Amino acid sequence: MSLRSYVITRILLTIPMIILLLTFVFLIVRILPGDPASLHFEKQVDPQLLQQFKHQLGLDKPIPVQFVDYLVGLFRGDFGKSMQDFSPVSQQIFSAFPATLELAIWATMWMMSIGIVLGVQASRHYNSAQDHSIRVFGTASYAIPVFFLGEVMIMIFAIYLHWFPAGDRIYPGMTPVGLTFGDFHFATGLFVIDSILEGNVQKLLMSIRYLLLPSLTLGLVLCGIFIRLTRGNMLETSQLDFVTAARARGLRERTVVYGYALRNAFLPILTMMGLQFAALLAGAVLTETTFSWPGLGRFLVDRISFRDYTAIQGVVVFFGILVAVVSLAVDILYAYLDPRIRF
Amino acid sequence: MENERPRGRILVQFLPSLTGLTRRGLAGWAILIGFVIVAAMAIMTIISPWISPYNPIGINVGPILSPPSRAYPLGTNHLGQDMLSRVYSGGTVMFEVAILSVIVCIVIGVPIGLFASYTGGYTDKATSLVMDSIYAFPGLVLAIAIAAMLGPGVVNMALSIAVVYVPSYFRIIRSQVLTIKELPYVEAAHMMGANSRNTLFSYILPNVIPSIVAVATINFADAILTSAGLTFVGLGLPVSTPDWGWDLTYGRRLLTSGAWWVIAFPGLMVVLLALGFTLMGEGLSELFNPRLQK
Repeated sequence: MSLRSYVITRILLTIPMIILLLTFVFLIVRILPGDPASLHFEKQVDPQLLQQFKHQLGLDKPIPVQFVDYLVGLFRGDFGKSMQDFSPVSQQIFSAFPATLELAIWATMWMMSIGIVLGVQASRHYNSAQDHSIRVFGTASYAIPVFFLGEVMIMIFAIYLHWFPAGDRIYPGMTPVGLTFGDFHFATGLFVIDSILEGNVQKLLMSIRYLLLPSLTLGLVLCGIFIRLTRGNMLETSQLDFVTAARARGLRERTVVYGYALRNAFLPILTMMGLQFAALLAGAVLTETTFSWPGLGRFLVDRISFRDYTAIQGVVVFFGILVAVVSLAVDILYAYLDPRIRF
Repeated sequence: MENERPRGRILVQFLPSLTGLTRRGLAGWAILIGFVIVAAMAIMTIISPWISPYNPIGINVGPILSPPSRAYPLGTNHLGQDMLSRVYSGGTVMFEVAILSVIVCIVIGVPIGLFASYTGGYTDKATSLVMDSIYAFPGLVLAIAIAAMLGPGVVNMALSIAVVYVPSYFRIIRSQVLTIKELPYVEAAHMMGANSRNTLFSYILPNVIPSIVAVATINFADAILTSAGLTFVGLGLPVSTPDWGWDLTYGRRLLTSGAWWVIAFPGLMVVLLALGFTLMGEGLSELFNPRLQK
């Protein structure tokens, strides 16, 4: 199979998966006991008011019609209206998304670097005390609720040591504006990149200071699987002939380990990165709540407290589509890097 | 003395299985340590009404936000509740939610997995597609959506967690059944006139059970963490129930006052309990399925 036909097949397989997911979320909100509109008001409400409320949200139409409206809307990037103020949810989702994306990118960097470095260390000192303690750390990291670790981090580094802020994304009024060139304006919403585009070192350092604790927290909780994977693959690869050959040629140990063995152990690590993306988003919801990080996760949690079911549905759907698209991208990248997978 | 002997014999019979575990290398040790942790915490939770010095949900049983002292060994929270009593009994909800969700998962996931993969064809393909879609979804986010619609309560929490983890059971059972149903002894059973139901339940199921046990144990850890997560986003139980998750949720607001004890002890409890189940689960799956753990 050529790369092109692989990509096409893979995309075609993703479509039913996304549609199933959308249906599932739709059913959860419509079919589970209690309709969302009455649940929103919690207590008794004037039936006329309720009817008007339902009408404004399109919840009074028959379920199949609602379903078609919902799918057609999603296709046009419409994630429904908020029950709170009838504003389009998509607006809020797109404005909160860069914060989540930035947190996710940094957490991925932590997760990968900690996971790979510790995994390589463990495999180099196989069956030693160092190996055992790294493995115990890896297993323990599964068992730590991310928000508990976050609270401990805030306690130590923000409240006792005052090294980092306890929450939020940047100091009020310091939001980087991105690139401005006469009338031309460009901002990514990722504060680190926007500060660089703006050329403001102070804002850059501040963005990083705010990012460090939440991203490290999330990265630490998720790094366990990468420790295990790197360790296992390195143990296997380092016994192969080409590694012995590299060593025999007198290359430095560091070059042998990172340049030869790790390079070949990297593909499974990449696959795992795609699989972990869902866990990363789920972790981000809790991390954002812990650190008052103004991203999608915190938006979701805010909506829960307002009983804003249409907004909850919108965010959940957005997360689902995001995961499907990312895993598609990782699969394609994987097929590109390793031609064997296409056959 | 006469009466002591049989009891001693039971102990002697029981001990080799425990020491036998330790001879199985790291996996055996992991199971043993995990089991001890989980058993200790289960016992603590069960006997908590008798060992708690104060009423865990009683307000103002002590001063507000008092650090650990002789009268309140683990301090008190912002409502003047005794943290030690809350630590003792705060696992009740998590145990209930986890046990219930694992039961639901097994009851739903196992039959679907067995049936779909044994039947094969379109049934298998369609079920796999549905299960894979759920599996790919960020678990907590899906659980949040379901729990938000169902409202608070132990059963509702357990149900929303169960939906998320059914695919894990389905996948492991499917992969096993696909291998097992091609084995000669299953064919032999067919030749001897066993019908499909017989083959499935008498010949295939017993060989899948070890994997189910391993998945269920890991599922316990996930269920505990997810239930804590649900509580943290505001979908937990009302204040009137002692719950480690609740303490962690409200403790976040007390961080600035330096009240570390409000989060530290309940948090460590959650970590320990999840760690106990994780150790057991990983040990079991390594023991049952050494290839998977390579």
